[in-house]
Amino acid sequence: MPDSSIEGGAYNYAYLDEQTKRMIRRAILKAVAVPGYQVPFGGREMPLPYGWGTGGIQVTAAIIGRDDTLKVIDQGADDTTNAVSIRRFFAKVADVATTTSTEKATITQTRHRVPETPLREGQIIVFQVPIPEPLRMLEPRETETRTLHALSEYGVMQVSLYESIARFGRIAKTYNYPVMVNDRYIMSPSPIPKFDNPKLDRSPALQLYGAGREKRIYAVPPYTPVKSLDFDDHPFEVESWTECCALCGSRESFLDEMIVDDAGKRMFICSDTDWCERRR
Amino acid sequence: MSGALLSAPILSSRGLTKRFGSRIACRDIDFDLWPGEVLGVVGESGSGKTTLLNCLAGRMTPEAGTITYDSATYGPVDVHGLSEARRRLLSRTEWGFVNQDARDGLRMGVSAGANIGERLMAVGARHYGDIRRTAADWLDRVEIEQARLDDRPTTYSGGMRQRLQIARNLVSKPRLVFMDEPTGGLDVSVQARILDLLRGLVGTLNLSAVLVTHDLGVARLLTHRLMVMQGGRVVEDGLTDQVLDDPQDAYTQMLVASILPV
Repeated sequence: MPDSSIEGGAYNYAYLDEQTKRMIRRAILKAVAVPGYQVPFGGREMPLPYGWGTGGIQVTAAIIGRDDTLKVIDQGADDTTNAVSIRRFFAKVADVATTTSTEKATITQTRHRVPETPLREGQIIVFQVPIPEPLRMLEPRETETRTLHALSEYGVMQVSLYESIARFGRIAKTYNYPVMVNDRYIMSPSPIPKFDNPKLDRSPALQLYGAGREKRIYAVPPYTPVKSLDFDDHPFEVESWTECCALCGSRESFLDEMIVDDAGKRMFICSDTDWCERRR
Repeated sequence: MSGALLSAPILSSRGLTKRFGSRIACRDIDFDLWPGEVLGVVGESGSGKTTLLNCLAGRMTPEAGTITYDSATYGPVDVHGLSEARRRLLSRTEWGFVNQDARDGLRMGVSAGANIGERLMAVGARHYGDIRRTAADWLDRVEIEQARLDDRPTTYSGGMRQRLQIARNLVSKPRLVFMDEPTGGLDVSVQARILDLLRGLVGTLNLSAVLVTHDLGVARLLTHRLMVMQGGRVVEDGLTDQVLDDPQDAYTQMLVASILPV
């Protein structure tokens, strides 16, 4: 039913109709109950294109309420077009407060990063996922990948890591690095840099993952073990930099390399804008 | 052989029947395969050889009959009564399957080492160095230069691909190997090398095997016992030399007589 008490009053509260939100919530509950398992849901058309966060925005719409505070980041930044648009969308249709502060947010919708500020209990982080199936590039058949998950047949995932070492001398995958959730399901952490993988492990916050095009939702409940796959003699490692952030001097955050003039001058800055601004 | 005869058969089939609609591919097939034995299945195209092999390996479900496999871990099991999880576990630990076309049995997009290592990793091997050493060792055993370890099978010749497929299957030390025309489509000198290799491996690893072929020469070289199939039925079976030298059934006589003299 349209909600005339809010500015975007032509729509139901939080854009989606109540039945759709119930359906998505049921999928989320199932996903939380079976950590790392991909639950199919009836994805809806959203007022933004696939690939821009249709999965994440549906998950957020299903869980958001008037007393929530929403933060939206894209590649760690609060001020990119995608992040600004989604934030404004929810301010309009869900009448929620928005913030750029990781601390103050109750829901953080993110694309490609986990904030540097550690998340705490009670917070929810919603990931936008382009390809939910971690085995997709190794096994094209959906029926077969489901069987592989059901039977925990994950040799093929290890084969891809083996191949990477054989070819490059190390595990060359740097983003969307596959993880084992709760010793049961292999999961795609969405295209976050592997730098962020350790933040997923036993995180006090609830992690929800939404894939709009593929219509899948999966979740990692608080304090669930999330292990990045590796070999005994080639252990998992995260990226490191010799430089520090040119703006805030941080040495412990994920840095973006920027080319600042035509002469090829480079500068490294934090990808997490909120983190960087608060340190300056 | 006398010791083997006292033990239970490793694989036995009773009344195995498989239909495709009204067409019967395999009819009432009974046999026992003993440990260390290589059983050949010969017959013309369309006689149901490959269907039989697929049913035995659990890749197809027969309409009637039972297949019992004597597993090292679980004891005698009904192959088609097992859960899919168990059956797939068996097929990547205790069994091997060599396809006629190596492309069906290999991952063409990854290196030879990864192909050989897959089964090891599937059962939990997580040490890159060890997996690689084992893979190199197996390349050696199937007579491929170790320098080709990081090359993809797409860069291999047909004979090398087939040998790589054999290595990929045998690395997990299976007890039972199903082979579907392992030398079909290869030229004769390459065939001869692969036959030599298989004969050596079957002997040293004490493998049991079911080998499907239409080539009586291959059957003569590799198999101990032979089943001749025609139109989905077994028309004759016995020791290989006996069947080939003194065929009793009219169809077998025709088959043996149609070998081209060199």
